[in-house]
Amino acid sequence: MLAFVIRRLGVMLVTALVLTFVVFFLTNLPPNLEKLARSEGSVRMTDAAVVSWLDEHGHSGSVFFRYAEWLGAAPGWVITDEKGVTRGRCIGQRDDPALAPKYCGIFQGNWGISTVFKKTVLFSLGKSMAATGWLMLAVMLVMVPVALVIGVLAGMREGSRTDRVLSTFSIATSATPEYVSGVILVVLLASPATGLSPVLAEWGWLSGKTLFMGTATSAMDNITFWNFGLPVATIALYGVGYIARMTRASMTEVMTQQYIRTARLKGVGFRQVVLRHALRNAMIAPFTVIMLQFPYLLNGVVIVETLFNYKGFGWMLVTAAGNNDIEMLLGASVVAVIFVLVTQLISDIGYVFLNPRIRLG
Amino acid sequence: MTNAVWDPSQPILEIENLSISFFTRMREIPAVMDFSCKVMAGEAMGLVGESGCGKSTVALGVMRDLGKNGQIVAGSIKFKGRDLVTMGEEELRHLRGSEIAMIYQEPMASLNPAMKIGAQLIEVPMIHQGMARAEALALARQIVADVRLPDPDRILNAFPHQLSGGQQQRIVIAMALMSKPALLILDEPTTALDVTVEAGIVDLVKDLGHKYGTSMLFISHNLGLIMDVCDRLCVMYSGEAVETGAVAQVFDDMRHPYTQALFRSIPLPGADKNARPLISIPGNFPLPHERPNGCNFGPRCDYFQAGRCDAGDVAMADVPKGDRHASRCVKWDEVDWTAAPKARVVKEKAPIGKVVLQMADLKKYYEVSGGAFGGGHAKVVKANETLSFEAHEGETLAIVGESGCGKSTFAKVLMGLETATSGTITLFDEQVQSTPIQRRRVDTVSSVQMVFQNPFDTLNPSMTVGRQIIRALEVFHIGTSDTERSDRMLELLDLVKLPRAFAERMPRQLSGGQKQRVGIARAFAGGAKVVVADEPVSALDVSVQAAVTDLLMDIQRQNKTTLLFISHDLSIVRYLSDRVLVMYLGHVVEMGSTDQVFQPPYHPYTEALLSAVPVADTKVIRKRIVLEGDIPSAMNPPPGCPFQTRCRWKSQVAGGLCDTTMPPVQTLTGGHQIKCHLGADVLAKMDPVITFAAE
Repeated sequence: MLAFVIRRLGVMLVTALVLTFVVFFLTNLPPNLEKLARSEGSVRMTDAAVVSWLDEHGHSGSVFFRYAEWLGAAPGWVITDEKGVTRGRCIGQRDDPALAPKYCGIFQGNWGISTVFKKTVLFSLGKSMAATGWLMLAVMLVMVPVALVIGVLAGMREGSRTDRVLSTFSIATSATPEYVSGVILVVLLASPATGLSPVLAEWGWLSGKTLFMGTATSAMDNITFWNFGLPVATIALYGVGYIARMTRASMTEVMTQQYIRTARLKGVGFRQVVLRHALRNAMIAPFTVIMLQFPYLLNGVVIVETLFNYKGFGWMLVTAAGNNDIEMLLGASVVAVIFVLVTQLISDIGYVFLNPRIRLG
Repeated sequence: MTNAVWDPSQPILEIENLSISFFTRMREIPAVMDFSCKVMAGEAMGLVGESGCGKSTVALGVMRDLGKNGQIVAGSIKFKGRDLVTMGEEELRHLRGSEIAMIYQEPMASLNPAMKIGAQLIEVPMIHQGMARAEALALARQIVADVRLPDPDRILNAFPHQLSGGQQQRIVIAMALMSKPALLILDEPTTALDVTVEAGIVDLVKDLGHKYGTSMLFISHNLGLIMDVCDRLCVMYSGEAVETGAVAQVFDDMRHPYTQALFRSIPLPGADKNARPLISIPGNFPLPHERPNGCNFGPRCDYFQAGRCDAGDVAMADVPKGDRHASRCVKWDEVDWTAAPKARVVKEKAPIGKVVLQMADLKKYYEVSGGAFGGGHAKVVKANETLSFEAHEGETLAIVGESGCGKSTFAKVLMGLETATSGTITLFDEQVQSTPIQRRRVDTVSSVQMVFQNPFDTLNPSMTVGRQIIRALEVFHIGTSDTERSDRMLELLDLVKLPRAFAERMPRQLSGGQKQRVGIARAFAGGAKVVVADEPVSALDVSVQAAVTDLLMDIQRQNKTTLLFISHDLSIVRYLSDRVLVMYLGHVVEMGSTDQVFQPPYHPYTEALLSAVPVADTKVIRKRIVLEGDIPSAMNPPPGCPFQTRCRWKSQVAGGLCDTTMPPVQTLTGGHQIKCHLGADVLAKMDPVITFAAE
């Protein structure tokens, strides 16, 4: 088991290096760098000036060497210009060049400075990840139990009325993308002019104008049911349908297995057949899907956070991409890659606990 | 539990005029019609019949577990005087597992893969007797010991996949016995197991039946097994009981043509492929919605009389002087049941020619990695060890052994699907041991062909029968034009006695036996000289088995083919082979002519194998030798003799030689080879396993 985890960690490290290099290469393509030079230096720079600006700021040279610099595996660039001022990757504005460390990159904890937020990447990332973390937690807490219950109820008696109703619901939700369901939810529940809110307000049941809040900005400081409900529901709805379908398929298959007949014919009641005999076997397939939902959520939040103006990871990613914030994008990619790999490791280990026939070598 | 007063002299189970149908969108399909039987306390009742005859449906009907489509349309099932047909779900649930328990065909599939054995066992008394967990665990431990499993504590803590097939079946039996049921239903409990394991399970079931006084409903297609286990039996054909009575009576004085035909089609000791060939039942099993008028067996019956047999429904008629013996035949008291069959055609023995295939010291090792995710140190599986033999033209060489003995590996190496680790295979003066099939010449490939075990999976479901045979002809470069090949294909259909119209059929429109005929036609498409038949009839029903084996024999006589017949079924091997090779754990333990192998002196393993095979003949007396334990893993074979862990003769060898040294091959008179340490004097004193009672 331990050997397996260590081996997997090794593979993950290699994967992370390859993936971050791809992101580094793409964000550091010449047009992006030119754009960076013009936004940081001056918009009216000549082409020659752009080249020299890039030279002076360590953006020239081999992409591999710059990647190593960014990682902190190669010494950061140091340039002394004609005025005798020594600047370098690792030298802050007021620092003494002599005291500055030689290496400064991801490994040393120097993730660079965001050009958009004017803060260190680590600080901005930390803040947005915390915000998104709450969102994801809420989504998982709602989505997984609801989806499993729907899937199991639908799958335990294939073809029954319960099955058909629940299956229709899951197909409908998984066929509705977030930008559609989000808008529908806002229109129905968070608009003073349409949907439920005007009716409720007329009856005097609402203290505010709308039932739910159409924006989740206030949830950054204080999460309430009313400001967080809609973004969570929007993301969860899509996942519910998907996981429920998977669970249902797995459950119907398990229910036709011979060992279920064995259980039935030893006199186990239907409830116990489902709970004790079928459930664990039926969880094996959807478990991987649920774990795959985590990385998906990370992307899924982009739309929802933008829609509800919630300043989390997704919102930050959109802003950084729109503003050519190279260091920020790189930092986000590192976080995303690690996040995906760790959830998949957990998924593999959890799978072993669910399925006794698989042993980790 | 409502324990209604029940008189133990009354039947435990009484089924009267039971009819079960399955309802599909198209039509109602009657699966069981007018079925009646009685099981008394402590009695073992056998249900025999071919696949599709409704025997399993009866069992599930008794359990009232027919699924959504199945329904009991008429009749009653009385268990201890209470009618199960009208019983409510909750009441039924109390009966299931506590009063009536069931044992299934596939033990692996019947155990929950994600639950420990212990948890699955203790559930039964906890549900039915409300027993406490610790008490239930103690009971489970005792019952696991009762079903003769070693180390009960370890077993209770294991998951099903950690046990062997035989152990799993013992667990299923233990589960059924947890609440000491009054009735045990066994649905082909040993079909998926090896013969020596089967013998152990059968012994166990019989003993436990006596010990707990349990009544049994034993479902099997194997008449020999029924004779071993049951007191009475009921023969079923196409949804109806056709004959019922005490086992000895039905076996010796059958009063139904189907029972008679069934006995004539199974290879009993004394049958011989040339002098006394088997008689197969002509025609096919009728599909449920194509049953004929009157007697269902009519169209296939030798005694059929138009106007009487097809006039109307035939009722069960009591046979006087019998012990509750009854037959569903209108002519049961007219037919001369002792008359010898007229249709036996004595065939000429084919001459055996020169050597076509020679194997010398063939070895095949596999390397397997340790864990599920790679890593761990590689282990070597010794699938074949020093395999040496010769096969002659026109000869049938049987290769016998249980699963895991390496018989299929040997076939793969011969076919070129695997290459040998060392040793030589000489096929018509050409060495082929290290040439994989992709690099073999077309005529080499076409001269060595294979007939597979499962005809259902080896035909392409989306190609017509004719097309599949033509495809084989194309691959073997036979014929120059399409018309020539299509003519050849029709000739091949003639050869395997299929109507030429079948060329246009799809495999799904064919029965199992017909599919196997297509498989044989394909194997002989390139004029194969050596045919490896890997359990060619074990997936088929007994009545069809006879026809397919006869066909193989006929083609062999015509083409002087060398047939390597791989099988675990010693009855059929004795019937058709000229020479026999017995394998155990990759070693050839005994080789000789059929007479030599089936008569003493035996290799101890052959002796056990012979005694394990149930024989459906009341005149045969069989010595019971039950092997303890399982076949050791080929990954970790025991030191010395591979069979030493289970051998009952081991004490006869001085100096513990069996534990340390691989036995030498002893050659006895007539070229009979035995790989054993036993001295000539001990071997000479061996008794035959099978003897005939004096008539």
